[in-house]
Amino acid sequence: MTDWPILSTITFLPLLGALFIMLVRGDEATVASNSRAVALWTTLITLLLTLFMLTRFDGSTAAFQFVERVAWLGDGVDYAMGVDGISVLFVVLTAALMPICVLAGWNSIKTRVREYMIAFLVLETLMIGVFCAMDLVLFYLFFEGGLIPMFLIIGVWGGARRIYASFKFFLYTLVGSVLMLLAILAMYWQAGTSFIPDLTATGFSADMQTWLWLAFFASFAVKMPMWPVHTWLPDAHVEAPTAGSVILAGVLLKMGGYGFLRFSLPMFPIASEMFAPLVFAMSAIAIVYTSLVAFAQEDMKKLIAYSSVAHMGFVTMGLFSMTMQGVQGGIFQMLSHGWISGALFLCVGVIYDRMHTREIAAYGGLVNRMPVYAALFLLFTMANVGLPGTSGFVGEFLTIIGTFQISTWTAFVAASGVILSAVYALSLYRRVTLGKIEHEGLETIADMDRREILIIAPLAVATILFGIWPMPILDLTASSVDALVSGYQEALAAHHSSGH
Amino acid sequence: MYQAIVFFPLFGALIAGLFGRAIGHRPAELVSTGLLLASAALSCMAFANIMMTGETMSVHVLSFIHSGTMSIDWVLRIDALTCVMLVVVTGVSSLVHIYSIGYMSLDPGRARFFAYLSLFTFMMLMLVTADNFVQLFFGWEGVGLASYLLIGFWYKKPSANAAAMKAFVVNRVGDFGLILGMAAIYFIVGSLQFDEVFASASALADSQFDFLGWTVPTLTTICLLLFMGAMGKSAQFMLHTWLPDAMEGPTPVSALIHAATMVTAGVFLVARCSPLFELSPTALSVIIVVGAITAFFAATVGLVQNDIKRVIAYSTCSQLGYMFVALGVGAYQVAMFLLFLGAGSVIHAMQDEQDMRKMGGLRELVPTSWVMMLVGTLALTGFPLTAGFFSKDAIIEAAFAAHAGPHLFGFTLLVVAALFTSFYSWRLMFMTFYGQPRCSKETLSHVHESPPVMLIPLLVLAVGALGTGYVFSGIFIGDQQEAFWGASVFTSADNHVLHDLHNVPLWVKLAPLVMMLTGFFTAYIMYIRDREMPQRLAEQHDLLYKFLLNKWYFDELYDFVFVRPARWLARVFWRGGDGYVIDGFGPNGIAANVLMVTQRFVVLQSGFVYHYAFVMLIGVAGFVTWFMFGGGQ
Repeated sequence: MTDWPILSTITFLPLLGALFIMLVRGDEATVASNSRAVALWTTLITLLLTLFMLTRFDGSTAAFQFVERVAWLGDGVDYAMGVDGISVLFVVLTAALMPICVLAGWNSIKTRVREYMIAFLVLETLMIGVFCAMDLVLFYLFFEGGLIPMFLIIGVWGGARRIYASFKFFLYTLVGSVLMLLAILAMYWQAGTSFIPDLTATGFSADMQTWLWLAFFASFAVKMPMWPVHTWLPDAHVEAPTAGSVILAGVLLKMGGYGFLRFSLPMFPIASEMFAPLVFAMSAIAIVYTSLVAFAQEDMKKLIAYSSVAHMGFVTMGLFSMTMQGVQGGIFQMLSHGWISGALFLCVGVIYDRMHTREIAAYGGLVNRMPVYAALFLLFTMANVGLPGTSGFVGEFLTIIGTFQISTWTAFVAASGVILSAVYALSLYRRVTLGKIEHEGLETIADMDRREILIIAPLAVATILFGIWPMPILDLTASSVDALVSGYQEALAAHHSSGH
Repeated sequence: MYQAIVFFPLFGALIAGLFGRAIGHRPAELVSTGLLLASAALSCMAFANIMMTGETMSVHVLSFIHSGTMSIDWVLRIDALTCVMLVVVTGVSSLVHIYSIGYMSLDPGRARFFAYLSLFTFMMLMLVTADNFVQLFFGWEGVGLASYLLIGFWYKKPSANAAAMKAFVVNRVGDFGLILGMAAIYFIVGSLQFDEVFASASALADSQFDFLGWTVPTLTTICLLLFMGAMGKSAQFMLHTWLPDAMEGPTPVSALIHAATMVTAGVFLVARCSPLFELSPTALSVIIVVGAITAFFAATVGLVQNDIKRVIAYSTCSQLGYMFVALGVGAYQVAMFLLFLGAGSVIHAMQDEQDMRKMGGLRELVPTSWVMMLVGTLALTGFPLTAGFFSKDAIIEAAFAAHAGPHLFGFTLLVVAALFTSFYSWRLMFMTFYGQPRCSKETLSHVHESPPVMLIPLLVLAVGALGTGYVFSGIFIGDQQEAFWGASVFTSADNHVLHDLHNVPLWVKLAPLVMMLTGFFTAYIMYIRDREMPQRLAEQHDLLYKFLLNKWYFDELYDFVFVRPARWLARVFWRGGDGYVIDGFGPNGIAANVLMVTQRFVVLQSGFVYHYAFVMLIGVAGFVTWFMFGGGQ
């Protein structure tokens, strides 16, 4: 533990960096290079602080740590920050992906560099805030606030159809946000507080749980995204700049899963049990449906986006199995998907920067000119397929093991995703990298440069390291997940014995 | 020592793969080959050690997955079964490495090739030393990855890329079963560690559980799911389609994948899980039927293929069918013994020619190769005193002597398959090495004997194909088998198949020999004496010939049943489901209306993004204000 508010420091340091960038003066080139430098240093220092926090984190307890709580809006709505085994790794993931995002836009972003960097730094503050907030109102502010910079990133630095994409994003999230806001109000009226541990201990009535669960579900299901509210994601990814895609797939999608873990499952256990079959059905459909759709894609980013939806299907399925393996697997899958899909989007970015097209048919035979790229792309393709020895396997495997104990049908359908993912991922790899070079302009394409390798190398290390030795992550999450699962089982046992 | 056996090939792979370009091709080749030879030498020591002491070793390497009550570690487990596999895998792989130094000597990517070869070996070693199902699965899939890389090694060839992908995907169909099998085992037993699972096998034998809405017998379901994995990796009937295509890779790859390593992973899985399979008569019956059909089916296809590599692929497929019949009748030891027959297959697989119709009369040009091929053919067809004779005959006899399941079905198909095997093997010999050359003078002038670095591995294999059967038959399936195998292979108390197979009627003992001779003479008549006969037969039985030539139309069938519907569904879901239904009724429908309304009110140059940001901020501000004025009370 530390005796200074480390979580607030980590959360607001990027915002400070953003303010600092605003003060930068000079001609356009100076502003751009200074903005880049400030953004990079800010994100790096934030990452170092996060890692320092991680070393002080005690994995043997399920309790919130580094807790800060000061009166804020009064009447039980406080400024409260804290992390437990479920959230701490998401903070680390966010902080670790940010320097990569800054570097990814280093050369490819040429207009409004200052604003771009500010948007990313503000986004970092809001995202870390989501995972650190211990107060529901505070959570909501961060949760919804995070959308604004994301809209700007897509809408200003995005591709041709960026307005359509951000508008679609807006419509989807709007419905969920409104319902969630209503649910938050209802909870506050009922419990008289918005402090998360108190809300968890409140024990809402079964009827109320049903409505609250549905309202939260509307918001989180869109964020995940779950089938059938996933269609915003492919468009958003396609239009977003590379770094935007990385952060979208790497962190923003995880907010939905985190929401389930923090609110739906512990606060509304009765409703969660009741709706679990619905979630299972949606997850199973997501895995098969979106894997098939991914197979038909002609745009690389869309293919990876659809594959993300399939992978999130494993997460929701695992979480709602509420077994140790399912929940730990779900968390692991979210983290691992964070760096694998991030890396895949970076891989697309590498060739997009050179050829300015994402169309699969425009490529082919890249391995002839870009051996390093082909090797790294293969690694992440295999991780995406869930090959054992990569981190993609551990999450998939644990969620299937966990779900099988609750619903063999769901596990059965999900396991077929193992075949389908191989089909779409390998066919993408084959069409882009293998064969002879036949398209114009590819004869002179250059392999990855040092900056690009440097960006992607940490993700490659994480993919292999945590694939072979996932224990650091599983150990950190074990106590909190155990408390979550046993609390859930107790609540259900109490409910069932009370005669319902 | 055991760590060294397993990890030396990994080091070799990393050195050749990551630093191949830095240190040059030759050092990369030498380092990976050297490390593999060391690993092979140590494997032989381990084998000798286990033969003497008979003990089982466990070496803990690292913790892997611990979650709740699940605890899985990286552990190397060495027992008799593992040792046999260690020797076979490292032995064959070393020879393939050495052979490749010669074979790949002009290929610009040979450092990469050696990296893949060593990676393959490492994964195979992880598979056979696994102490739990998850580690086995790691090796299992790792072998799949390595074979994907090796088959697609010549990445400029579209056919090679297609074959590599096909191998991976078809194997994944089997893995689907294996994953579900593991999930079922963990659900029922609460562990994935071999010893713990096997210890509870007898308790599972009579139990049932609910699977997909049906109440099913536990053990049989688990065994069949595991067997599905084995079918994929060992290219059994229906999941065999990847194996012939895998010949697109360089020749040493075919040898490595086909003969003694990758495809035997499935055999190993069933042998390793013998404590489970032995208690499920239903599962064993399924294995016999599938194995026998595979042996028969592949042999029929082998009869008419003109590409040497395809003949050999179907030959391998057929041999694997034999092994599975042996597993099915509970003669696990015999199945493992058949691995040594692999030597013959490797020799065959290392032939670098393609269309047999263009060859002929090569005997004088490449005498050493001819001798090697002859030895391989003798071993494959089960000529007396070769490895094939001891193992294959034993399997046929065991199929007859077994008491359980559809063993006579298996016996009959295997005997017929033996006839076919003999026929197509000799057909291959006659068409390639005898008669008049059918190729152009110019091609003929290029035919020459291979350099020593390629011939020596073949020589070693030839000695193995001739000698090992005699040397090892005692400890594998003879009097000393119990002492050697110990607890590594489980046979139930009323399974006397190993004993009974020595007491079958004389006609059963003679049947394989008769079949072999019949096959030989038929091939002799058709390809040496009356060369017009094959042509005539093919014309007379056109339908049958086409059916066999097109491999029972499996590729076309799968294309029709799986590939096209999947493509169709993909488009329907995408355009119809996502595009029309979800977007049509969801965002686009709403958007169209909202756009209409908002365009009248709002004219913002930057579009809707800022607009939304603005609305959001107002919303948040409103919300906060509402709280500050105590609205929440």
